[in-house]
Amino acid sequence: MATLKEVEIKIGAVKKTKQITKAMNMVATSKLRGAQQKMDAFRPYALKFAEVLGSLAEKAGEEASPLLIPREEVKKIHVILCTSDKGLCGGFNSHLTSMAEKFAKEKSEQNFEVVFTNFGKKGRDRCRRSGFQILSEHLGIVGAKFGFNIASVAGQKTVDGFLDEEYDEVYIVYSEFVSMARQTPVIQQILPIQPIESGEKKAEEEETPYLAEHICEPSTDELLGDMLPRHVYVQLYSALLETSTSEHAARMTAMNNATKACDDMVETLSLAYNKARQASITADLMDIVGGAEALKG
Amino acid sequence: MAGNIRLEVVTPEASVVSEDAQIVVAPGSLGEFGVLIGHTPFLTTLKLGAIRYKAADGVEKYVFISSGFAEALPDKVTVLAESAERRRDIDVERVKQAIKRAQERLASKKPDINYERARAALARSLHRLKLAETTRG
Repeated sequence: MATLKEVEIKIGAVKKTKQITKAMNMVATSKLRGAQQKMDAFRPYALKFAEVLGSLAEKAGEEASPLLIPREEVKKIHVILCTSDKGLCGGFNSHLTSMAEKFAKEKSEQNFEVVFTNFGKKGRDRCRRSGFQILSEHLGIVGAKFGFNIASVAGQKTVDGFLDEEYDEVYIVYSEFVSMARQTPVIQQILPIQPIESGEKKAEEEETPYLAEHICEPSTDELLGDMLPRHVYVQLYSALLETSTSEHAARMTAMNNATKACDDMVETLSLAYNKARQASITADLMDIVGGAEALKG
Repeated sequence: MAGNIRLEVVTPEASVVSEDAQIVVAPGSLGEFGVLIGHTPFLTTLKLGAIRYKAADGVEKYVFISSGFAEALPDKVTVLAESAERRRDIDVERVKQAIKRAQERLASKKPDINYERARAALARSLHRLKLAETTRG
């Protein structure tokens, strides 16, 4: 049985921890709101972009851009891993890194060379520990305020590297924000660009094809060639947004759980504390009564 | 044809303009083009520059854009740009600072500088400044 003093200190400590987790929960909530707003602001652009790109891709030839053509011989694979910089968000980062690592190991076993680009410190640390080659790292972006230019600069580098044949395939690992309670790690190939489907249009196929009557300037192929690198930036930006939002949601949940766990712990500890206090009072009383009896004796 | 055409300027970060206009003039990569209501469907890439449009009340307005593309439909022009700024939102002081920064970066001969990026930034800033100083609205 712990002494009274010890239990008291412990209760104090847990209460302080609770204050911290609660504050972190609130911070995450407000950051989450910001991140979601950013996602909302991005949606109109992304939708319109996908619409135009999808219909352009239908019209243009396969050879419109080298970004569309799979390499005959794949030697080197580039993985862009998006994680958070900070911890205390449950299994968020470990899910992402495990997925990336598993993927990289599989590819290594097939004799592909794997290189990493890291967004976020957690992923970088894991890659370092596992001894993967890191091409570049970008810290202080995920979960913070960042603009589209971050994605376009990094995206451009990626596209250039691909065109210079530094690597033959590019994948991105990020966390998809499904809902407040669910964030799933996703792996997606971004280069060479997979055949683009004009997704939602399928249902309305009877209508005239979207771009049927458009005049394109320059030619469709050139337009597509101009848009495809942007498509990579858009994907990268959206992955970063999703990961940021997921991080805050994951942290919110984790901190909420931690706060609840603190409450539980305080309750159990208080019970133990009261019991110990009672026990000592009883013991004291017994002593006094015993002493009094002895004096009467 | 009389009537107004809808102009939407969208960037990945925000919707910058959503307004009716009498005419929209935009810098296409093969030359500047104007759009009135009833325009043939048209898709083009844009270059760095300014979109000029006359709002429904006849006021001329300008929006700075860096590269992107535009789609014209009979009743609507959609511009997707990587960045866009209304003329009145351009902060001249900030632009001047950006120009200075970019010039310094280009002038310093450090090896770790991305020249292309600095040059592009300089070009953007100069365009902004020009737009801000030569026009109103």
